[in-house]
Amino acid sequence: MPKMTMVDALNTALHQEMNRDESVVVLGEDVAVDGGVFRVTEGLLDAFGEDRVMDTPLAEAGIVGTSIGMAIYGLKPVCEIQFSGFSYLAFEQLEAHAARMRWRSRGAYTVPMVLRTPYSGGVRALEHHSESREAYWAHTPGLKMVIPSAPRNARALLVSAIRDPDPVVFYEPKAVYRAFREEVPEEEETWPIGKAQVAREGDDITLISYGAMMRPTLEAADKLEEEDGVDAEVIDILTIAPLDHETFAESARKTGRVVIVHEAPRSFGPGAEIVARLVEKSFWYLEAPIRRVTGYDVVIPLFAYEKAYLPSAERVLRAARETLKTPA
Amino acid sequence: MPREVIDLPHQVEYLSILDENGNLMDEDLEPDIPEDRLLRMHRTMLLARRFDERMLQLQRQGRIGTFAPVKGQEAAQIGIVAALRDSDWMVPSFREQAASLWRGQSLVSFLLVYGGFYQGNELPEDTRNLPVAVPVGTQPLHAVGLSYGINYRGNDEVVATFFGDGATSEGDFHEAMNFAGVWQTPTIFVCQNNQWAISVPRAKQTNSETLAQKALAYGVPGRQVDGNDVLAVYSAAKEAAERARSGEGPTLIECVTYRLTMHTTADDPTRYRDEDEVKRWEKREPIPRFQKYLREKGLLTDGDVEELEEGIKAEIQEAIDRAEKRMKELGDEELTMFDHMYAEMPPYLEEQRGELAAELEAKEGSNA
Repeated sequence: MPKMTMVDALNTALHQEMNRDESVVVLGEDVAVDGGVFRVTEGLLDAFGEDRVMDTPLAEAGIVGTSIGMAIYGLKPVCEIQFSGFSYLAFEQLEAHAARMRWRSRGAYTVPMVLRTPYSGGVRALEHHSESREAYWAHTPGLKMVIPSAPRNARALLVSAIRDPDPVVFYEPKAVYRAFREEVPEEEETWPIGKAQVAREGDDITLISYGAMMRPTLEAADKLEEEDGVDAEVIDILTIAPLDHETFAESARKTGRVVIVHEAPRSFGPGAEIVARLVEKSFWYLEAPIRRVTGYDVVIPLFAYEKAYLPSAERVLRAARETLKTPA
Repeated sequence: MPREVIDLPHQVEYLSILDENGNLMDEDLEPDIPEDRLLRMHRTMLLARRFDERMLQLQRQGRIGTFAPVKGQEAAQIGIVAALRDSDWMVPSFREQAASLWRGQSLVSFLLVYGGFYQGNELPEDTRNLPVAVPVGTQPLHAVGLSYGINYRGNDEVVATFFGDGATSEGDFHEAMNFAGVWQTPTIFVCQNNQWAISVPRAKQTNSETLAQKALAYGVPGRQVDGNDVLAVYSAAKEAAERARSGEGPTLIECVTYRLTMHTTADDPTRYRDEDEVKRWEKREPIPRFQKYLREKGLLTDGDVEELEEGIKAEIQEAIDRAEKRMKELGDEELTMFDHMYAEMPPYLEEQRGELAAELEAKEGSNA
């Protein structure tokens, strides 16, 4: 199996799906000649031509709005918004139209499009290049919201997103883009959207995370084992919406102790929804208050203070130890 | 040369064919429309007008909710769609009742939607009409995407998208024009300049002399037509459709018309505009002008109009009866609110649907 970075894996997924299905088209700013500012779409223009790989004018609502029309016509647009911080110019198109066209037309017209966009902090970037606003999209009925955490699941999930009959917002953790390599099988793989994954098995405590925060979370789990002899189970959410609560509920019922980790601001973030579902469905199994390790409810600082903002393995570890302590 | 005037590839052309009284001004400009089509155009304009009036009564009686009347804009809509083929696409905003009726939408479907039932949005088989788009100016982008698909597949279709004067201030409209220009898509942008965006007059919307000239910035031809002259609108649309079909790209048509009544039934236009202005525009009403033309051609008599009016009245009444019956039948189908959210219903939605089902059952039990 070849070892790939997440950028390679995503690029492979796009090549594979464009080869497989001629209705797949790619559009966005700098995605064709330049291959995308992170090179995720590199080589697509040469392989598939400019009718299928388009450098668009610099206009996010235009990219998403025309993708909606293409999808209604039967194409499968995979559009890129260069940074998720600029996707809000297309908010109306997603909220008012992509998410609702199936509903509004009573199933006559559907929007099987994918919006790919990098999110997450930790890359020493300018303002608007580090946010995590998955809650906006997850809060919109009719959209799906997917966040891979590693090269292999990134490729499998992007393939699934492209084949999905509904609009999918696909957040790519840019801190993971080239952070490490992972073996990705030669043969085609998919991963069901709407399904979380047990990334590490354990009986003592459940750590729930996704995206770029999976790394510090897994690191904390390793430390818990090494330093405390604690067996942590780690759940990788993968799909924020529709949220698969069965997988983490099952784990929580087993361990009775839960810590949720995300870099999005805490208030009204995905962690709040996860806590609510655990309280609704698994309250009597819980042995300690659920803790959240998250970004703070502030504008993410420029990179000088970014480390203090982003959840770290140490913060996760501390929260896990507190959770394991109670009740004494 | 250090200073020179740049020659742009397009200029704004104004077109009108019938004068204010419905007389043909220049026979050379008269479009070649088959008689049965002319009569169908006339009947649909009349049907849209009478339906509008009847819906207003229903709204005032509380039998339906808010809607946006089409009164005065019938020519601007019918002239466009009459120049299209059934295989072409229509991407409307929220005031296109006349155009939608021409393209096969039923009176019942409007009554259901304005009566609060989304079931009215169920589209006829094989339709190529997108559903109503309420957020102003957002839908032209869908038209450009659809027409990109047409080019991509090498198909022989065009897309007409409707919007108003207010929409030309929206960013999405400009992005749509720009994308269409760059991609040379087969798109007809139809601006119904009805002079008012709720209470804001055309002059406060933009400092441009015309709305049609917005197209020039995008390398797209812009035409201005008398939007109350159905023949002028038809001719412009025919030309735009031919350009689009032959690969020459998009066109913007500004139909200069007038909203003779309120923005929606929730609006009171006496707060912001003079009756005199309305009266001036009433003299340029699209329907009497077209009727004059048809009479001159010997296609329409007073007797015909009377007969048409009666047929239309009965047709509308029948639709109201059917719609009200249907609304009663649909009254307790609340659970359908969970339908069509996704191709497959996620488990948590199944669960919420079950919750509502239990609520409704409990309510029914307590009412029994």
